[in-house]
Amino acid sequence: MARNSGLLVLASVLLASIVSICDSAGIFNPISDSHRSAALELFSSSDGSFGSLEETYEALRTFEVLGIEKEPLTRTSVCASVSDALTSTSSSLKDLFQALRVNGILKCELNDKAFAEIVSRLKDSVNSANSLFDFYHSIGGLMLIKDQTSEVDVHLGDADRIFRSIKALSQSDGRWRYSSNNPESSTYAAGMALETLAGVVSLASSEIDHSLVATLKNDIMKLLDGVERYDDGTCYFDEKFVDAHGPQDPLSASLSVVRGITAFASATQESLNLPGDKILGLAKFFLGVEIPGSAKDLYHQIDALSCLENSRVSVPLILSLPATVISVSRKDQLKVRVNTVLGSAGPPLSVKLMQIFSSGSKDASVIDQELKFDPERAVHVLETLPKNVDVGKYIFSFEISLNDPEHKKRYITGGRTKVPVYITGVIEVNNAEIAVLDSDIGSIEIQKKLDLARENDVALSANHLQKLRLSFQLSTPFGKAFKPHQAFLKLRHESGVEHTFVVGNSGKKFEIILDFLGLVDKFFYLSGKYDLQLTVGDSVMENSILKPLGHVELDLPDAPEKAARPPSQPIDLYSRYGPKAEIIHIFRAPEKRPPRELSLAFLGLVLLPFFGFLAGLLHLRVNLKNLPRSTVPATFAILFHLGIASVLLLYALFWFKLDLFTTLKALGFLGIFLMFVGHRTLSHLASVSAKLKSA
Amino acid sequence: MGRTTTSKDAQALFHSLRSAYVATPANLKIIDLYIIFAVVTAVIQVVYMAIVGSFPFNSFLSGVLSCVGTAVLAVCLRIQVNKENREFKDLPPERAFADFVLCNLVLHLVIMNFLG
Repeated sequence: MARNSGLLVLASVLLASIVSICDSAGIFNPISDSHRSAALELFSSSDGSFGSLEETYEALRTFEVLGIEKEPLTRTSVCASVSDALTSTSSSLKDLFQALRVNGILKCELNDKAFAEIVSRLKDSVNSANSLFDFYHSIGGLMLIKDQTSEVDVHLGDADRIFRSIKALSQSDGRWRYSSNNPESSTYAAGMALETLAGVVSLASSEIDHSLVATLKNDIMKLLDGVERYDDGTCYFDEKFVDAHGPQDPLSASLSVVRGITAFASATQESLNLPGDKILGLAKFFLGVEIPGSAKDLYHQIDALSCLENSRVSVPLILSLPATVISVSRKDQLKVRVNTVLGSAGPPLSVKLMQIFSSGSKDASVIDQELKFDPERAVHVLETLPKNVDVGKYIFSFEISLNDPEHKKRYITGGRTKVPVYITGVIEVNNAEIAVLDSDIGSIEIQKKLDLARENDVALSANHLQKLRLSFQLSTPFGKAFKPHQAFLKLRHESGVEHTFVVGNSGKKFEIILDFLGLVDKFFYLSGKYDLQLTVGDSVMENSILKPLGHVELDLPDAPEKAARPPSQPIDLYSRYGPKAEIIHIFRAPEKRPPRELSLAFLGLVLLPFFGFLAGLLHLRVNLKNLPRSTVPATFAILFHLGIASVLLLYALFWFKLDLFTTLKALGFLGIFLMFVGHRTLSHLASVSAKLKSA
Repeated sequence: MGRTTTSKDAQALFHSLRSAYVATPANLKIIDLYIIFAVVTAVIQVVYMAIVGSFPFNSFLSGVLSCVGTAVLAVCLRIQVNKENREFKDLPPERAFADFVLCNLVLHLVIMNFLG
């Protein structure tokens, strides 16, 4: 754990220092095997095809430049789709162009008759073309056929006219428009146009007018003037205007321009005098991408670098360091490689270390030391470091000089190249000791020596009137004073409260004195055992220290009432994701019910008055004499009583199980019935009593 | 001397009431008996509530109100049926009885709904 955190400290400091130096120096590595494995991963072909013809071409071109073999299965299926595209009459100009590009790599079998038909079709499109894409596809197609077969005549008769019509689309700042009715110009279009014009120059059956080529050279210079730069010397082209025609990212725009310029440089016999620093800057831009994440970006990068490498003039040379960290203790030697962008060997040359800048200071020491070339490993080796170079972070400035002066026209070396280098070593730690002093007098009560190379476990005790002193000396392998990036002393109380102090230095000596009298408040008046931990670390220090030293028993006075309380230690950070406490719901206690026997007793008691009522009726000698004797009235009377009984029964049912709506419905029917029957009965009774009265 | 007079007076009052009551018609006596039955039932229910507490209060209310309501309706019936009552001379007693039955049925529907 301590080791891991120490390494983490080291790594973060290293990264921070790299970032800080990067604005003037950068490391660019040429194409390596990691690009090859990335290509195999990104351009994965499912069932033998890579997708559309354009994507297939991108994959095949990348594999071709990187030297990766294609599977035979891929070849047959792709050749089938290529011949389909080339022989069908409904293929568009773009499809023909893409198919011819793929054929250029795979070299599928195609007969000359097919080529002749395509050539005539392309020539027709050249004459009738009005947009840049039409020109690009048709001229490009003709150029590809020229490479693939020599039987068919691809030369253009009126090359001057075609040149002028493409040139008419150019703008004054070196960029090109896509067509005459679209006013927006783009850098990508400029690259396409240059490539097309290079094709026109090569396909011309008679010499192109000299002045046209001269104006085009001016256009290229103006285009290169519009290049954008980063601080570390990389250059790139970016699209300023958004348009729907071409791609928008700097990689594809820069690739297009690089392709156009190198194609034109190869096509024309005249020298172009391209600015070397811009070409090198473009190469560094593409190398600076390192391993792109998408297949398209990888294709752009590899294609551009291949164009730069195979260009007739201005091949950039890249200086790279296999290792930028030199260890004094391991006696490493600084090694430098000079390659082309694709990683192949450069021409014979020598490398000199010219200057060393130390980070943080502006001054530099002039060295002018030549590196020795090791032909077996193809590296230039700095056999001994200059005398005044101690451990630390530096920027080394190298200069490449070509052995053969003829090569100067072809290769670009880029003057001085600055590279960040770290020189690490073992820092000596001497005279480490820890002591407890009495505050006023300064006399030492306890003093213990520490060996910071090994584990220590000192046991000290102090009270609030004393001081704790820790001191040690740091020196570099060459004996000079060394100031590390971090020097901390941490005190940790047994309850988890931590306090960190920075160890100050004067020259070689590092010392910290903790006066507990002033720190009592800071320590929250917590007495007890405090663990001591020392951290000394720097990115160039190979033996960074993160060690426990032991512990000190501190006796501090009691806290007054108003003192700050120590911060509560964080509980285990993951416990918040554990199960939460069980929630016990508190329900209202149900009402107390009377005991069953009591309820039943009162039920009987309530029924008693009813029986009393019946007994009273008997006592009063009630009779049913008024009940009608004759049939009809008797029936009605009985029905009346039955009706009342049924209504009461309905009520009883309503209480037990029915709902109100059903009850009301039934009551409605029963009520009507009862009304009718009751009316008949009672009117009969009334008439009987009226008869009696009158009689 | 006074106490004996009051108790004698009370006794005399009671006797005269009793003898007068005997003269009432039989149907009125039946109605009176019904009223006494209803009120006694209500009293028993109140005593029960006093003992066990009023937890299902709606049940208690519906029980008591059913007894009291039917007693009130019976009182109305007695007023209307009583021949000495000149106010209701023209109202036939059967009509009064029909009203009594109807009102009781409505009362008991409400009571049954409120009983819960």
